[in-house]
Amino acid sequence: MAERYSSFERGGRRWLWQRITAAFLVAVLAFHFFLLHFVHHADEVTFGMSQARMQEVTYFSLMILFLLTATFHGVNGVYNALVNQGLSGTQETAVKAVLGVASAVLIVQGVRTALAWAGGVPI
Amino acid sequence: MSQSYDRGLVEDFGRWREFSAGMWAWVFHKFTGWVLVGYLFTHIAVLSTAISAAGQTQAIAAENDVYTTVITALESLLVVRILEVGLLAVAVFHILNGCRLLLVDLGIGLDSQDKSFYASLILTGAIVVASVPTFLAGVFG
Repeated sequence: MAERYSSFERGGRRWLWQRITAAFLVAVLAFHFFLLHFVHHADEVTFGMSQARMQEVTYFSLMILFLLTATFHGVNGVYNALVNQGLSGTQETAVKAVLGVASAVLIVQGVRTALAWAGGVPI
Repeated sequence: MSQSYDRGLVEDFGRWREFSAGMWAWVFHKFTGWVLVGYLFTHIAVLSTAISAAGQTQAIAAENDVYTTVITALESLLVVRILEVGLLAVAVFHILNGCRLLLVDLGIGLDSQDKSFYASLILTGAIVVASVPTFLAGVFG
């Protein structure tokens, strides 16, 4: 029987959510790169073009979901990598708090930016 | 039945010469993950200039609002374009190796883990090289 080797605690949900968000991000990150570098070119970006995309409810909601899943996947990945390196006790609690605050700031700022483009929720 | 295999601690980077393909895959996945999460924060910070630009109707129409100006200025720098190619390399490897991990988790291709890692590297290289002309378009004038 092969020994178990994982960054995640046995029976935890974080491993599952890391994989679920990964499956979503594989598709959306590839789409994001393709749309903004190959269909449109990065040097042609203007506020008006970004605004036109964000005013579509489908694109707006996809980007909000992209922000939420990427933040979770990234921050959860960092946390697990640090636990994997031996982080524990008070340091682990402190890192968890810092990452939690950083995630909240990132999500709030991302949503504010999306709303600035769309001029409100596009419904 | 799979065999028990004591490969030692992958976290002990000092013994990197002894690392197997799977251990390099682990190291590269962590490294690209750190780069991508760092970029995510930078990306949102740069895009946040749209908050200041919103409402500047005339400037937006004239395409000289703060968001358009910042993005255009960044994209005119060769170093930014080269960093974007690097970002693509990091993202493509993370995506392809991530797909490999998902398959391994599902028990698919367990006997070909080394080959699928090498395939991820080769495919990353091919996609990045093929994308260079698109990523550098217009930067030389």
